[in-house]
Amino acid sequence: MRSYRGYLLMTENATPVVKDNMREPIRASEINPKFKYELIKQHGSEKLLKCFQCGTCTSDCPVARYSDSYRPRTILHMAKLGLKDRVLKSDTLWLCAACFTCTDRCPQDVEVASVIRVLRNLAAEEGIFPQVFRDQCESVLESGYAYKIPDLRIKKRESLGLPPLPKGNPESIKKSLKGVKFMKHMENKGDSNAKQ
Amino acid sequence: MPSSKYLIFLGCAVPYRVSAYEISARKVLTKLGVELVEMPEFNCCGLPLDPVSHETMLILAARNIALAEQEGLNIITLCPGCAGTLKKVNRILKEDKALREQINGHLKESGLEFKGTITVKHIAQVLTEDVGIDNIKKAVVKPLTMLKVAEHVGCHLLRPKEYIGFDDPEDPKILRNLIEATGATCLDYIDETECCGAPSVGVSDKIALQLARDKLSHVKLVDAQALITICAFCHIMFDTNELRIEKLFNEVYGIPILHYPQLLGLALGIAPEELAFNELRVNASKLLQQISEGAK
Repeated sequence: MRSYRGYLLMTENATPVVKDNMREPIRASEINPKFKYELIKQHGSEKLLKCFQCGTCTSDCPVARYSDSYRPRTILHMAKLGLKDRVLKSDTLWLCAACFTCTDRCPQDVEVASVIRVLRNLAAEEGIFPQVFRDQCESVLESGYAYKIPDLRIKKRESLGLPPLPKGNPESIKKSLKGVKFMKHMENKGDSNAKQ
Repeated sequence: MPSSKYLIFLGCAVPYRVSAYEISARKVLTKLGVELVEMPEFNCCGLPLDPVSHETMLILAARNIALAEQEGLNIITLCPGCAGTLKKVNRILKEDKALREQINGHLKESGLEFKGTITVKHIAQVLTEDVGIDNIKKAVVKPLTMLKVAEHVGCHLLRPKEYIGFDDPEDPKILRNLIEATGATCLDYIDETECCGAPSVGVSDKIALQLARDKLSHVKLVDAQALITICAFCHIMFDTNELRIEKLFNEVYGIPILHYPQLLGLALGIAPEELAFNELRVNASKLLQQISEGAK
């Protein structure tokens, strides 16, 4: 398994930040009461307000079992309360493995994993995201593939009796992605604004 | 045997890390009468970028579907992540006209259009629905009755249920039925449907390896001779990382991790050398020996 540069920026190495972020007392000035209405307009988080905090998502979450800080129920509660900054800057947001167990088991049909994805997207738009996604996005823009497939591997295909890999067509991909908000973070290469 | 024809969508992880999956899948599908056509052009399915930009994911997935539509063929994928993403986007864009127009606005820049004329299937679904379990059983020449294995279905083949819409993610039968068609016994174990941990790699390797370790220890508990996967990422998690997990947790597993098409290939009488067993990190030679002794 590759060790990503993002690994150093996120999660276990940043645990104290996560703990402080989640456990600090809530100040009324932090609350943005309209945040939830912003969220229910987005694809995937339409049913957020139906969440009645039963905790099925957290109790069935495989990541929560091994993380001190990742609790999907808490994230949804914070989002509903309107703790926008706190939730978007939280490292724990990035721990979801997108296994969709929470989504399939939610008794209220809230797409929990998709709500978390919507929150991640909002954080990413503000430039807060782990390095691993920058690497993969760069790779897609350069080759069409999310991983930089070494030339040796591509050549080896022939000796293994496999047909050549299809062309990635990065120029055409870049054209299609024009106007996508997130892409502004990919324009300044080397200027690492991931997880400030 | 019924014939079917598909564009093969490899995705990124398969050509990047797990050629054994591709080699064995191509051999098995061809043998069972599924015709594979190469994608003329391709890009990442979009799933890896969904966490940072849903719109990017939609555009990348729609591009692939639009490219396949130009060929007039349905897609078969080896990776459940690709299958899940392309299926979900295919459905959303067929149903949501406003979103389809928005995404087509992006695709227009490169002369493409999503029309909604094809379907997407994962290899497990093609084997079950197109070839059929009965036909697989009929094609088996070397039944693997001496083998007791465990299955790992993974998440994205079946979840979220709302969008995937086949089998039951809480009590899946698809891979179990495919394994049993080879003559092998499929054992039950604790938390069979749990995540392998792969999506957490890069964000928290610690959690990812804990999850994979849990699965391996549960599989060992029932004395499975091998663990059967049907996903590139799950395979990397267990096979590529097994030695690392053994060191980290000071435990010994020694469980070979096979791609399902490798297991099926053996039952169809294809030689192990042709099924890329040598590409596996966890040595499967003892297992192959047990099979050849058992067959005598």
